Amino acid sequence: MTETLAFVMDMLVHATPLIVAGLAVAIAFRAGIWNIGADGQLIAGATAAAWIGVSTSTEIGWLALPLALIAGAIAGGAWAAIAAWLRSRFGVLEVISTIMLNFIAIYGVSYLVRGPLQEPTHVYPQTSSIVTGAHMPTLVAGTRLHWGFVIALVLAVTAWWVMRYSAAGFRIRASGANPFAARSAGLINVSRVTSVAFIVSGAIAGIAGAIEVSGVTFALYENISPGYGYTAIAVALLAGLNPLGVIGTGILFGALETAAGTMQRNIGVPATTASVIEAVVILAVIAVAQLRVHRATSVA
Amino acid sequence: MTSGVEAFLEGVVRTATPLALAALGETVTERSGVINIGLEGSIIAGALGAVVGAAHGGVWAGFAFGAMCGCAVAAIFAVFAVTLRADQIISGTAVTLLALGGTGTLYRVLYGSAGAALNTPTLGPMPVPLLSRIPLIGPALFAQPSITYVLYALVPAVSWWMYRTHSGLGLRAIGENPAAAIAAGVRTKRVQFMAVLFGGFLGGVSGATLVLAQAGTFVEGMSAGRGFIAIAIVVLGRWNPLGAVLAALVFGAASALQFFFQATGSSLPYQLFLVFPYALTLVALAATRGRTSAPAALGRQNLDQG
Amino acid sequence: MPPIASVCRGLLSRHQQVSDDVSDVALQLASITKRFGRVAALSSAAFLARRGTVHALLGENGAGKTTLMRIAFGMLRPDSGSISVNGVGQSFASPADAIDAGIGMVHQHFTLVPAMTVTENIALGGRGIFRPTRTRDAISALAEKTGLAIDPDARIEDLSAGAQQRVEILKALARDTRILILDEPTAVLTPLEARELLRKTRELISDGRTAILITHKIRDALEFADDITVLRRGTTVWTGSASNATEAGLVSAMLGGESALDDSDAHSGAIVSNGAVVMSLRNVSVRDEIDVERLSSVTLSIHAGEIVGIAAVEGNGQRELLRVLAGRVGATVGEVTIPPVVGFIPEDRQRDALIRDFTVRDNVALLGAGARNGVMPWSDIRADARELLHDYDVRASGDTVRAGTLSGGNQQKLVVGREIEGSHTALVAENPSRGLDVQAAAAIRVRIRAARTAGMAVVIYSPDLDEVLALADRVVVLCAGKASEAPMEYEAIGRAMLGLSGR
Repeated sequence: MTETLAFVMDMLVHATPLIVAGLAVAIAFRAGIWNIGADGQLIAGATAAAWIGVSTSTEIGWLALPLALIAGAIAGGAWAAIAAWLRSRFGVLEVISTIMLNFIAIYGVSYLVRGPLQEPTHVYPQTSSIVTGAHMPTLVAGTRLHWGFVIALVLAVTAWWVMRYSAAGFRIRASGANPFAARSAGLINVSRVTSVAFIVSGAIAGIAGAIEVSGVTFALYENISPGYGYTAIAVALLAGLNPLGVIGTGILFGALETAAGTMQRNIGVPATTASVIEAVVILAVIAVAQLRVHRATSVA
Repeated sequence: MTSGVEAFLEGVVRTATPLALAALGETVTERSGVINIGLEGSIIAGALGAVVGAAHGGVWAGFAFGAMCGCAVAAIFAVFAVTLRADQIISGTAVTLLALGGTGTLYRVLYGSAGAALNTPTLGPMPVPLLSRIPLIGPALFAQPSITYVLYALVPAVSWWMYRTHSGLGLRAIGENPAAAIAAGVRTKRVQFMAVLFGGFLGGVSGATLVLAQAGTFVEGMSAGRGFIAIAIVVLGRWNPLGAVLAALVFGAASALQFFFQATGSSLPYQLFLVFPYALTLVALAATRGRTSAPAALGRQNLDQG
Repeated sequence: MPPIASVCRGLLSRHQQVSDDVSDVALQLASITKRFGRVAALSSAAFLARRGTVHALLGENGAGKTTLMRIAFGMLRPDSGSISVNGVGQSFASPADAIDAGIGMVHQHFTLVPAMTVTENIALGGRGIFRPTRTRDAISALAEKTGLAIDPDARIEDLSAGAQQRVEILKALARDTRILILDEPTAVLTPLEARELLRKTRELISDGRTAILITHKIRDALEFADDITVLRRGTTVWTGSASNATEAGLVSAMLGGESALDDSDAHSGAIVSNGAVVMSLRNVSVRDEIDVERLSSVTLSIHAGEIVGIAAVEGNGQRELLRVLAGRVGATVGEVTIPPVVGFIPEDRQRDALIRDFTVRDNVALLGAGARNGVMPWSDIRADARELLHDYDVRASGDTVRAGTLSGGNQQKLVVGREIEGSHTALVAENPSRGLDVQAAAAIRVRIRAARTAGMAVVIYSPDLDEVLALADRVVVLCAGKASEAPMEYEAIGRAMLGLSGR
């Protein structure tokens, strides 16, 4: 019983960054932006949150937490803004630029945790622990589950509402579904709408990083993201880019990774099996979708 | 001093070789209008294939089997991205995940749960008589494992094919204007499929090189993002074979410089060198705006409709 | 319903007697049927071209001419029917097969690779080793022999439309094409270039080649073709020797004896409008992104309650003029006065007017989406969408079906309804009956006239001069970006379109 409970809690902890980064990807993809850079944006957010966490005075108490989250959002948004600017100003494919920016973020963190942000003893490539004021409160006492999961749920519901019921969300969907019609029939400034969506996507990925630092790691490490941004693509796609669906697929993938870890420890099934299952799920989803498209066009 | 520089240059070429192989293949793939970000998957599959092949039939069997594994992974991508016309980015992401996870799992299944470090035969340096004695660049260029010489031969071969054969012309036309290629009788899907397979083949060879000419063993995730780096190299190399090799040298130099500066205890952060080629690629992309050399239809999904 | 099919059969059998020697037949298409969804683009169409002749394939826009020839070129597969080349039955899976059979096609929209040279483009589709020098010499020789002058080393993107056309033809000829299909080859050419090209086409057949000329210009067919086939609504209605054909006979074959545009309920010739000026341009010029002047100092006023027709040969600035009037493109120079909201029906509705993956309701919501703030008024939009479906007779099973599932005619009704209801003062329509069957096109014209009657200022462009004349109260002709008013007669407008008026 407690084992089951522990599994569920671990699963939700694992699911949290996947849900938030999955939302980031879903919003970008909906806008027709192929943001492969959620990983880099998440790392940027984690870095900013950790910087706030280690550099603020303990005097400000719990204010450190919202500050860290906001800093994470800004950093993630700024990281995405580089790619958004390169796209709108120079026509650089975001697929390529975000891949570059992912690498730059990884090396940037590597530099920071061995340089200016390294813990005072200069032994480990990591920052010192963030102030307790920046810690995410625990949600269920005695487990690792923290309030970040609730933030993920609130973000998902908010994103769903915005995409479905707000004029801005409609513009994003229209710009992504057919930029020509959005421009000509809807008089939508597609370039601006997609740039904003790109930056918002980056900001959300940044929040995912900030939550990870304030709720799980409490410090910045070199490998702060084990590829969350890439798994998030699978999470978003499996959810059909629907923000509410991302909650479900994020938990599913969280369960998958938790189970894979457990199985590796207990019965020796490699944890990497989880990515194989994720990949098969994506391929199955796109195969079904494409075959449906082919059938529709051949009938029509 | 000279030997230090020679060692550095030798390191540049050694690091650049697997990158150049993968980038050369991806150049061909992208020229057909397909961007295969599943290349990382072909590299890691090639690495595992090399271990398996070499264990059974020696180094060259390792290369052959590695190339086949790279091809097989690319074939999965091609079925989705070319045959089914699914989104290239999504298909590529899935294939990368599949291959990274799949090789990890297979390795443990094949060689035990602990993933016992396995030593495979490797290619030693094969100095070319006379040429390897050229001062400075001799050892760097001509005292390499033989796979590097295969690369030297491949670059002009691929260039010649791309610019001096009708099938190469067809390939480039598809990437620029698929409608024109179709109207001229080029079989678009078939050419793209083959271009993806070729990219996967060289991706596999690249992975095999990591194992058989460098590490001497397989490590989970040892491709370490080289597939993505290769995509950057293709961009920096402006989508042509010789450019890809030169750009690979830039990336190779960056990582060799990193070790060089770490070794000399310089105060310069070594990550600066690692970041440099990526930043350079971004700048190059932004700067070539307008008269960009990117295939005009790169990454576009519904190529059939032009 | 007159038995057109039987008339047609009679004509065809008569034609067969003329050329009963099978070895004389270059290309034969028999009972070709092709459907796109519910619309039959071709039904039992027949076509026969004799070797060594220029054969004109005549028909109005949407008659199925291009579709038929795309089938002959292997770009489309027919639902039924047969193709034979030089008396041998063929089944083409792709253009590659048709090219192997000696067929070449020059498309209306060029299919050249802009970033490549003339030599590379012509070599495209060949096999084996590509020798640029040898190919270049061969092209030079061919260009000289055929009189189609071209620089083999020029990049396509640096060439004029006329030069690109020559490249297209050389490309076809370089493959030893025996049957050359030209799809509206004069559409992008100046009048002088056009006559030159048609003369060249006659010379090309001198060594036993066959040329098929897709056109809607009766005069060109009569003057330059040996044989003529007329398609109407996807069916062959007349075929025979050009010497046996008359202009009047061809017109009635193309239009079916009655005017195809007889839906003009209240059209009574030119109406001098007394309405207020709704849209006006003063000395407006537009330059495109590569700084070519597309519209040159145009001054124009559109009044409430009138339809102004725009007549122009493709590429003479109509695209830019319509978008400036619709507020979709800004003027580079000059003064534009238009209402805050102008309804706009773009030519390519699937690309520019509709989001196929969105529901009908979402597509209605697209109107004004750029300026909307806050929360989407979904309940109002739902009511509007349902009203629109009803009022504009859009056949859809509800407002939550995807727009992509509607037929072309219903999609266009949806667009027309949305744009009229969205403005009520001004409407700009670009080739609004493109790709529609006759009934759907008529329904759209009825809506556009109704908008005029309701007091809207309407501008309409159609590549089909008959449609312009059927709808417009007055006509403005565009030639090389310059606008001029023309009298409401076919002849005069045609001359002005070619830049010949006043000389």
